[in-house]
Amino acid sequence: MRPTTLTGRVWVLTDGEGTLIDDIDTDNIFHNRHLHITEVKEMGQYALGNLEGWEDFPRQTEKGDILVAGKNFGAGSSRQQAVDCFIALGVQAIIAKSFGAIYKRNAINSGLPVLEGSVDVDSGQTITVDLKFGEVTGNGKTLGKVQPMSGVQMDIYQAGDLFSYGRQVEQQSG
Amino acid sequence: MAQTIIEKIFQEHSEDQVAPGRVIWLDLDVRTARDFGGPNVVKHLRRQYPQGEQVADPQRTYFTFDLSVPAKTIKYAVSQQVCRTFARETGTAVFDVDEGIGTHVLMEKGIVTPGSTAVGTDSHYNILGAIGAFGQGMGDQDIAFAFKTGRTWFEVPATMRIDVEGTYTWPATARDLTFAVMGQLGSSGMLGKAAEYYGPAVDALNVDGRVTLASQTTEMGGIIAFIPPNDEVLNWVSSRAGREVRGVYADPDATYESTVTVDVQDLEPLVATPPRPTDVVPASTLSDLEIDSVFIGSCTNGRFEDMAMVARILKGRRVKEGVTLRITPASKEVWARVIREGLIDVFIKAGATVFTNPGCGGCAEGMAGMVGEGEVALSTTNRNYRGKQGPGEIYLVSPVVAAASAVTGKLTAPDQLEVGA
Repeated sequence: MRPTTLTGRVWVLTDGEGTLIDDIDTDNIFHNRHLHITEVKEMGQYALGNLEGWEDFPRQTEKGDILVAGKNFGAGSSRQQAVDCFIALGVQAIIAKSFGAIYKRNAINSGLPVLEGSVDVDSGQTITVDLKFGEVTGNGKTLGKVQPMSGVQMDIYQAGDLFSYGRQVEQQSG
Repeated sequence: MAQTIIEKIFQEHSEDQVAPGRVIWLDLDVRTARDFGGPNVVKHLRRQYPQGEQVADPQRTYFTFDLSVPAKTIKYAVSQQVCRTFARETGTAVFDVDEGIGTHVLMEKGIVTPGSTAVGTDSHYNILGAIGAFGQGMGDQDIAFAFKTGRTWFEVPATMRIDVEGTYTWPATARDLTFAVMGQLGSSGMLGKAAEYYGPAVDALNVDGRVTLASQTTEMGGIIAFIPPNDEVLNWVSSRAGREVRGVYADPDATYESTVTVDVQDLEPLVATPPRPTDVVPASTLSDLEIDSVFIGSCTNGRFEDMAMVARILKGRRVKEGVTLRITPASKEVWARVIREGLIDVFIKAGATVFTNPGCGGCAEGMAGMVGEGEVALSTTNRNYRGKQGPGEIYLVSPVVAAASAVTGKLTAPDQLEVGA
């Protein structure tokens, strides 16, 4: 079983004035000039490479970090690389006010927890997210609430990815 | 229980009970991958399913090449060949580099019809809502799974209703109606939802205009937006499918999560300013904007009607010296008709710099040129996000504004050109 509570250091995706950025699109996250890359481990170095002020993110982030974003994170294209680049860096989860629909699916299928909600946190802070109940805490305090993982989201997360989940479903239905 | 369009289509394609918020297994009539995403789909299939069939039903599975056609880089050439080789092994059909934009080809050939369910590696796949079909762009893992199993998991979205009130006339077009909706709803106004369009101005749209409206669903965050097919649309599809097709319509007492009214009475030409397709202003407020280049085409405005509107503006006129005009038809069918009906002569006489083979054109890396640093471009494409088509500034406009501006060298609404109706 994979853990249903995750603890990690936070990166809050803000602009130069400290405002949470909305509508970060897949070209901001993983620019189309790198789309020929198909190996996940090579993708991390380009994560957020086209988001003003965040170009250095791949060199600063550490395995287990958690991202916090604004509305409509991952808007735009259907590229899987925009999810896989964070997996390559060991990002544990992404919390956003909302996600682009295709992006959300791609993340769920890759077993990367993406959670919708608002949290009151600062970059550098360590938080714990409960995937089942949606509670976000840090230093013993409640910092916000996210939507708990849906049934299918938890099933795919536990299976590892969509393909493993598909095999489980097939076996169960005989 | 009364149902919306998506609920009806899903119920016909699922054994699970369909209701908003429920996760169902959805049977897919059509699944495709293109030269973007396609090679990763093949990679997943070979890795995940090394033994046995990798494609559940080759008759319903296609590769469509539309991004770099013919391959402009060695990487794309390699990607396309990966797909071709896999297609030959599995008996899957390929719409190759000569055919045009995959979703347009699926409609033109009658492969996708009203009520169909279809998925592909194209975030504008929900353009199929133009003919009342369910289309969904997905990532390469999702599509690999769909190739293998013929189905996908899907959370049934709630449906919003968009009532478009009023009517408009030239020089406003379907693109301006689309801008009006986008300006009002914004980049997340449809987020995670299905939508249905109603109203006289929507009913009056032909297939080409419906394609324009449906092509911008993703830019508002929508899952799918249906335009209920009228008789003209049903005839268009039936003649291509070789059988009589019927539309899928909402029950009169269906419940909508919300209703939005958009007023298009006496609509004037609109522009989306960089860097967001939903940052919409009247074209008349930007009439001093000097431009360097113009692109006409893409899945949004690459249909024959778009080409005809451009020809109507360019006839007897010249593109301003120093301005480049590039035109890319959406599909081979449109491309051939442009040539057959003599529009190509109008384009050449007017000095349109480039007329390319069909495909995604200006949206795709390298196919019909990019936009350089400091370049001010007008484009009929659907995204002007920072860096999308290069470092320059991209203003999104209708084909008529694009063509009229190519003539004057400044952003120009066509009535200022004294173009007769």
